[in-house]
Amino acid sequence: MQIGDWGHLFVIISFFSSLVAAFSYYKNVSCDSEDLGSKKSWKRFARIWFGIHALSVLGIIAALFFIIYNHRYEYHYAWSHSSNHLPVQYMISCFWEGQEGSFLLWIFWHVVLGGVILFTNKEWESSVMAVFCAVQAFLASMIIGVVFPFIDLKLGSSPFMLLKETMPDLPVYNINPNFIPEDGNGLNPLLQNYWMVIHPPTLFLGFATTLVPFAFVIAGLWQRKYKEWIRPALPWALFSAMILGTGILMGGYWAYETLNFGGYWNWDPVENAVYVPWLILVASIHTMIIYRNNSTALKTSMILVMASFLLILYSTFLTRSGILGESSVHSFTDLGLSGQLLVYFLSFIVLAIALLWFRWKEIPTSEKEASMYSREFWIFIGVTILSLAAFQVIATTSIPVYNAIAKGLGLELKLAPPVNQELHYSNWQVWFAIGIAFLSGIGQFFWWTKMTGKQLWDKLFIPVLLSLLLATLIILLGGLTKDVKPEDFPIYRRVSYILLLTTAIFSIVSNVTIFISVVKNNIKLTGGAIAHIGVAMMLIGILFSSGYTETISMNQSGLLYSKEFPDEVNTENVLLFRMTPEKMGNKYQLTYKGPRIEAKGFPGYVNKDSIYPTNDLYKVITRRELKKGDKTYFKKGDTLEVNPENTYYEVLYKNKDGKEFVLYPRLQKNPRMGSIPSPDIKRFWDRDLYSHLSAVPVNAEEREWSEPQAQVLHLKDTAFVNDYIAVLDDVERIEAIPGAVIKKEDIALRAHIHIFGPNGVSYSMHPIYVIMVSEGNVIGYVPETLEDLGIKVTFKELNPDKEAFTFEFSSAQRDYIILKAIEKPMINVLWIGTVLLVLGLFIAILRRYNEFAKMRDKAA
Amino acid sequence: MKLTHIILLLVIAVAIGVIISTSGDASHYVTFDEAQELAQDSPDEKVHVVGKLKKNSLGEVEGMNYNPSVDPNYFEFLITDNKNREERVVFLSPKPQDFEKSEQIVIIGGFKGKTFKADKILMKCPSKYEDKKLTSAL
Repeated sequence: MQIGDWGHLFVIISFFSSLVAAFSYYKNVSCDSEDLGSKKSWKRFARIWFGIHALSVLGIIAALFFIIYNHRYEYHYAWSHSSNHLPVQYMISCFWEGQEGSFLLWIFWHVVLGGVILFTNKEWESSVMAVFCAVQAFLASMIIGVVFPFIDLKLGSSPFMLLKETMPDLPVYNINPNFIPEDGNGLNPLLQNYWMVIHPPTLFLGFATTLVPFAFVIAGLWQRKYKEWIRPALPWALFSAMILGTGILMGGYWAYETLNFGGYWNWDPVENAVYVPWLILVASIHTMIIYRNNSTALKTSMILVMASFLLILYSTFLTRSGILGESSVHSFTDLGLSGQLLVYFLSFIVLAIALLWFRWKEIPTSEKEASMYSREFWIFIGVTILSLAAFQVIATTSIPVYNAIAKGLGLELKLAPPVNQELHYSNWQVWFAIGIAFLSGIGQFFWWTKMTGKQLWDKLFIPVLLSLLLATLIILLGGLTKDVKPEDFPIYRRVSYILLLTTAIFSIVSNVTIFISVVKNNIKLTGGAIAHIGVAMMLIGILFSSGYTETISMNQSGLLYSKEFPDEVNTENVLLFRMTPEKMGNKYQLTYKGPRIEAKGFPGYVNKDSIYPTNDLYKVITRRELKKGDKTYFKKGDTLEVNPENTYYEVLYKNKDGKEFVLYPRLQKNPRMGSIPSPDIKRFWDRDLYSHLSAVPVNAEEREWSEPQAQVLHLKDTAFVNDYIAVLDDVERIEAIPGAVIKKEDIALRAHIHIFGPNGVSYSMHPIYVIMVSEGNVIGYVPETLEDLGIKVTFKELNPDKEAFTFEFSSAQRDYIILKAIEKPMINVLWIGTVLLVLGLFIAILRRYNEFAKMRDKAA
Repeated sequence: MKLTHIILLLVIAVAIGVIISTSGDASHYVTFDEAQELAQDSPDEKVHVVGKLKKNSLGEVEGMNYNPSVDPNYFEFLITDNKNREERVVFLSPKPQDFEKSEQIVIIGGFKGKTFKADKILMKCPSKYEDKKLTSAL
């Protein structure tokens, strides 16, 4: 049996074992409670099958990794996601580049979480695990890859398909039925990034954890434990919010560092589809806390917990069914699973609604009318705002779904997403953010029961005054003024920015006050205050880094192509010729110094002019010594190992004060994905300077060169080349040519040509001429290209009778790049806020877990 | 009227506002003919047009003009929409990467006078799973 057959077998086992386990757990819960014997045996049976399920999932992962690690390209998955030159750490990323592997990751996390519940919560084990195993069966069915004959139904897409099975029509199979490709297609270069090794597992752990509170609420309704489910579910909901939030932010940070759209958030449908469940999850945490403190908001908690899991399923449907089309960077290839995904999503919607429907009247409610002077009232308002914020995002993100539904009804609805997505979302979200910042500040001053207006004002007076003072100070110091045309910065936006800044400062001041008073008594209770400080800081960071983004790479050449649209001129990208300093805005002077490459064993980057290419793309030969500081790393003629896909463009920045720094924006060329630019970021304490290539320069090999012009030169003669003066200094005989084998009797000559470039810089070029006497006087040339000046020279002929040499010169446009540079102020406040949010949630998890564990141990 | 009812009314009002703004801000997929009609009625409205690049018999793209040394922020090209109408499109930004390789192009913008001005370009590139590399390796 082949390794792939083993893998497929494990998938099938995992599918059926999860079904059996789900059924056994169901029987354990639903069988006659008097019949202890059969209850016990059902439970034991269920545990055994869950164990089998867990082992088979590990088996699938092992089999898939074996295939990728050993470059078994007869399998489609290895061929399409990996390649011979892929570093081992990125082989893990191959797993989640494909849909099948990412389902596998999700299944794996459910196994881990199910195992944790099995060991920490015996009381809820059966009912919760029944839900878990049912979900596992649905997920395993996505990768089972079974085709039912006659009814033409395909269930799932297996990662263990052979290349021959997925592409049987390849002509090569007619010639050689046992054909196996020698190399794979390679991993998407965007995923070859350390964030892409940890971001998907974190995000999928976040997805997986939303199942836990959902399973608890289903179990609670099922077993009529309407109140009890909250205590064990709350720490899990907090954990889920922490992990999912971390996953989302990691994705944002990856996008910021790797993609060139210039930010950390793009309102991409896939980002939105995860942001929405996270908002609802956070809302559900707040209502669960209300319930724990005064027994209201039980039904709301149930609905919100259910909604957060169902929204995860909805987002899975959006991203994997192909319904989004090409409008998203994350879109997976459509595997034809949309029907199956829809069934998965709808099954759980029906389950959730049905359970709520049949149990609704039994769920205890509180008749208390919340008072304006109580804490739960204000938290409830906050929850409402969070839900509305989520609704706004999902309403727009679902536009492709409306088209699909209309099509199903026979209508044609050609709706497209808003043209300016950023404004469409931000104009709403900023007001929700203001509300949330305000409430997260004021909510902290209420007690759980009623208080009077006088008591409240006494507490509020100092924080309010302090916040207003701070906000006024920042505004007066010019923190919220923007140097743009008034119509680009309308009054309502200015008002919203002022309000957001003020409320966010108020939230920080209030929560710091609370933190100080709580931390003295019990540090374990500070989670909420820290998380809220984090959120307020994030809002301030977003306000400045996004609201006050400034493009500083304004083209000041004054040359403009068209006067077609006189009022709309874009000058945001600047062209830099190599070695020609260019002013950018009034802050920087930029000099593009040329392309660089990374080499194994050399710190930093190697100048592409210092190396010769070889026939192997991954190996080059040094043209000169490679030094860094005083240390020589490679001698002339050494062979270097390089990654030919990445080129770094060295750009020297010099600011007004003469301070210099260097950025290396990158371009990644991959035969499969095309060219992908990535930014380089210079970090200052108060802002980031973000630069990326905005158009791909033409390759040296592809550039258009002029017709070669022959020039006959004697020693010390001068010539004009591309408007520069060239002098033939010397011609010498050499014994060896780097990267080529020459024999003793062969004659190799190297010319030394000196070229006077602009700005007093001079260059030397060394073209080589060889007479291969050993091969019957074959003539060989090693031409040289000087990218800085766009000159190519070939040593063409010897004229011994005239004591002269013939050279062929050709010229081209000088090497250049087109660059965009953006400043993002205060972005570090956003990152610090993120860390505080995660820390605050972590402290809250510990507190709520201890509460749960105490109760559990007391009962036992 | 109880406080809860007031809040409920407010929530409904905001929700309706969200729905109205979504349908108001949503753009449409149209043809060049429709885009031109629309530009006369509401000059600021932006639309999506789906089309293909004009190519000659050798498969080379025709009518493309990008000369960064003159103006790096000016790029023009020819697009044929689904109704086979050909139109010149101006994009005031650098030429997107791998533009020539795209099979299908969605331009987002609107007519300004006689020219379509694109604010954004979405490209549909040949499927990642195309066995280009595989066949060339044989």
